[in-house]
Amino acid sequence: MTALVPRRSVSVVYVLLCLACVLYLLPVYVLLVTGLKSFQEVSLATMWKFPSKLSLESFSRAWSGAYLGLTGLSVNFMNSVYITVPGTLISSLLGSMNGYVLSKWRFRGANVLFPLLLFGMFIPYQSILIPLVQVLQTIGIYGTRGGLIFCHVVYGIPITTLIFRNYYAAIPDELVEASKIDGAGILGIYFNILFPLSLPGFVVVMIWQFTSIWNDFLFAVVITSEPSLQPITVALNNLAGSFSVEWNVQMAGALIAALPTLLIYIFLSRYFMSGLLAGSVKG
Amino acid sequence: MKGVTRDRAISFGLVAPSIILIAVFVYGFIGFTGFSSLTKWDSMEPNFTFVGLHNYQRLFSTVPTDRFLCDLRNTVTFTIFFLVGCIVLGFALAVLLDRHVRGEGIFRNIFLFPMAISYIVTGVVWRWILSPGTSLTGSTGINLLFDKLGLGFLKWGWFTDANMVYIHPDSRFGVFLAHIGLGGLASPYIGISLAMISVVLAASWQMSGYTMAMYLAALRGIPTEMREAARVDGATELQVYMRVIVPMIRPVTLSAIIVLGHISLKIFDLVVSMTGPGPAFATDVPAYYMWDTTFRGNNFASGAAIATLLLLVVALLIIPYLVSTTRSEVRA
Amino acid sequence: MARRFLTVFSIVLVLGASLALVACGGGGNKLEIYSWWTAGGEAEGLKALMDVYHKQYPNVQIINATVAGGAGTNAKAVLATRLTGGNPPDAFQLHAGLEVQKYDPEKYLVPLDDLYKSQGLDKVFPQDLLSLLQYKGHYWGVPVDIHRANVLWYNKKLFADNRLQPPATWDEYFKVSKVFKAKKIIPMTMGTKEGWESCHVFETVLISVLGPDGYKGLWTGATKWTDPKVTDALNLYKNMLADINTDHAALSWDQALQYLLDGKAAMFIMGDWTNGWFTSKNFTGYGWECVPGTKVFDGLSDSFALPKKAPHMQNALNWLQVCGSQAGQAAFNPLKGSIPARTDVDPSLFNPYSQSAMKDWTSEPIAPSVMHGAAAIEKWATVYKDIMNTFATNLDVSTTQQALDQAAKDNLAM
Repeated sequence: MTALVPRRSVSVVYVLLCLACVLYLLPVYVLLVTGLKSFQEVSLATMWKFPSKLSLESFSRAWSGAYLGLTGLSVNFMNSVYITVPGTLISSLLGSMNGYVLSKWRFRGANVLFPLLLFGMFIPYQSILIPLVQVLQTIGIYGTRGGLIFCHVVYGIPITTLIFRNYYAAIPDELVEASKIDGAGILGIYFNILFPLSLPGFVVVMIWQFTSIWNDFLFAVVITSEPSLQPITVALNNLAGSFSVEWNVQMAGALIAALPTLLIYIFLSRYFMSGLLAGSVKG
Repeated sequence: MKGVTRDRAISFGLVAPSIILIAVFVYGFIGFTGFSSLTKWDSMEPNFTFVGLHNYQRLFSTVPTDRFLCDLRNTVTFTIFFLVGCIVLGFALAVLLDRHVRGEGIFRNIFLFPMAISYIVTGVVWRWILSPGTSLTGSTGINLLFDKLGLGFLKWGWFTDANMVYIHPDSRFGVFLAHIGLGGLASPYIGISLAMISVVLAASWQMSGYTMAMYLAALRGIPTEMREAARVDGATELQVYMRVIVPMIRPVTLSAIIVLGHISLKIFDLVVSMTGPGPAFATDVPAYYMWDTTFRGNNFASGAAIATLLLLVVALLIIPYLVSTTRSEVRA
Repeated sequence: MARRFLTVFSIVLVLGASLALVACGGGGNKLEIYSWWTAGGEAEGLKALMDVYHKQYPNVQIINATVAGGAGTNAKAVLATRLTGGNPPDAFQLHAGLEVQKYDPEKYLVPLDDLYKSQGLDKVFPQDLLSLLQYKGHYWGVPVDIHRANVLWYNKKLFADNRLQPPATWDEYFKVSKVFKAKKIIPMTMGTKEGWESCHVFETVLISVLGPDGYKGLWTGATKWTDPKVTDALNLYKNMLADINTDHAALSWDQALQYLLDGKAAMFIMGDWTNGWFTSKNFTGYGWECVPGTKVFDGLSDSFALPKKAPHMQNALNWLQVCGSQAGQAAFNPLKGSIPARTDVDPSLFNPYSQSAMKDWTSEPIAPSVMHGAAAIEKWATVYKDIMNTFATNLDVSTTQQALDQAAKDNLAM
């Protein structure tokens, strides 16, 4: 494909890419180096310096509890898993259903429905916390992890629908038409034709949703008020004090909290790319 | 025939849960927020005394504070630079990676992985990196690196720089605008907040991997025959890009604008952890003001007004676009 | 067919699994304490307080619910949703003073007058504190600690090397500043990233220029914000701000304090949680003074309040008892770095700074801090914070004074 590219420009490309890498990895360096220092050594002036003594103490304190009487990230790590995994799966499924219907079964009003659904993406969550809590309380799921999953699913509907609708729009309508002629119904077409083709789309949506649910703080802190039920983002936030912050513990904790999403990106980035390639990018 | 109506019914049934949920949890709440913004609600006990547009007037005045006007200016600055930054950076990286260099996977992962980190962590780290230090105590952060690399002239106050770039009312252009009745445009509230650029840097670091991935996929999706054909026709590499490739990836750009746009309008976590409200509100954003005034100041009505204004702006910008694209698809 | 079955099955499995998480725990003999004390001495102090409680009531399971961040803003946000949503904790952290107004106490909180009487609390708290704690004729919280806001911290070595005394008046302060400036040392370091630090310093300036009564009058309407003394205070503050570190907007208060520790800055005005920070950094080369011209105790206090719908009312009342008791305050305060609200706790338990503060607490007049929830309702304090934050950058005295006056007009009309 690129056989016609002269060798000179390939090395220019490498130089540029490596430069970009250094810039992109700078913050990671700061996180790591600060996490490996002791509190006495942590300060803005010595930010770039390597720790005089490598110590994993901040990491263990972040994990098991920085102070007596307070739990660390370990307790809340599993909560994040319990919340993020179902939330991701359910909202992806919902998005897939919606995208399927809106792109292949255009009933009257479907073209108005799509923008209306999409508008939900823009609502600032800070402004709806109080009515949200009251509605959840009325339904009876306030204060539970199920309630938090429910919130993520509801507010994930717009973005998952957007991605899937674009993805399915790229799949030729003839496929669906042919099935209809063969006598298949709407659900049959979905399960037998479209769902098997959806894997790349699911990967894109699930990566996006996993990241936003795992990293969410606002809903987590408001809806799950009991400390034993809260996800890891709340625990990470609580590593800071009300007046001063132990930066080494904070940054070590941040790295720990980011690990699962990081691993998912590393292992699934190939599928992420093929998912985008398969047409979910079309506007 | 019966199959068709049955399918119609099922199709409706499949989207019905989403419709109901969005109706309640988005539009119901928007209605509640809009209604609250017209009241006097400023204590824990809801107080729905109607006060008309009083809250909105307060927001747009400069007394006691001009915080909201600063927020609007900051959001415009942030949105424009963030969108341009992510798109240009993402496209550039995609073009580089499209060369099928060795180790592409590693490069791709490095550029993608900032997306995995939460905004709060990004904010903390970038605050450290862009802390300028002082001339008396020495530079810190990236200014320190600039010094060490002999690039000291690049040093800057970053997000401590409270300067704005705007048309000064006393400048020639400002006087001219006043002449033609548009003097209001020469105000520090209509300009670029330099401190916001730092936040843009942090946010672009985080999200440019996403645009890169999208553009890379799109570039790979362009059949090589098209590129070859253009080259055979005698076009230079640059012309190949401008005439063939860029038009074909326009849908990607539009899609990126929506996704990035919604992030930039709601930006909150990043600003709170990175810069706070900033010197003279140079890095404040509406979502932060909303948070502060609602939960610290207990002024629920004012917070509701800010939210309603934000949504109005979004509606004005986004809905025409969405309606036109979906309509054009129907026609196609 | 198999594929279809698999799809349906996995969907059902996922739904079932998440529904299982809807199950809720509740009841039981519990006590949920809600605060934003999550790190350092405050967390340890809270634990010690809980231990005192646990000794007296061993069968109660204590849940330590905390939300950090924003100097309590995050916690207050969540608390607002819990109080209005009908799911309050058993007791929550509250700044003593007018901050209680934001929780609509008559609707949501339990008045604690009986507790005060039965525990004799009205005899062991200073009179100024008692009047601060009253709102609409009742007591709504039990104070556990007292912090002092108007403290000037200085680097002993820098002063000794330049043969200077810590300033007792503003004139001395500016003289000292000049000396340091000439030596390329930052006279006063400040970190304004969080937005509240500037107002914190300004309130100490207001107290020094207007005196405690004049200052108190600003928040009750007795003193006008257009008073020329306020202009003086603003101008004085403006002169102070001219010499602070130029990167103040990038630093939180503890990061700014690092300059003092490193010998690059000479002075720092902040509340006495600074003491705890120095200790955790193993730094002893610091001294303290009242902010020039303020022989006043600019105080703020953390207390615990009781929601009407607290799920475990008796446990909560017992908790408040423990908070107000000698044993509780003696356990909590030394670890937190604050001083007890009670006047009858043994001073030998405390470090030298705290001992001097305890002496001042019983002898000096008390001015309520506005930045920390005591002097004004939070709606007003938030606007005040925004105004002073802008002043730290634009240094515009007349606009700021007008803005402060307008804010007062808006809020006194309530």
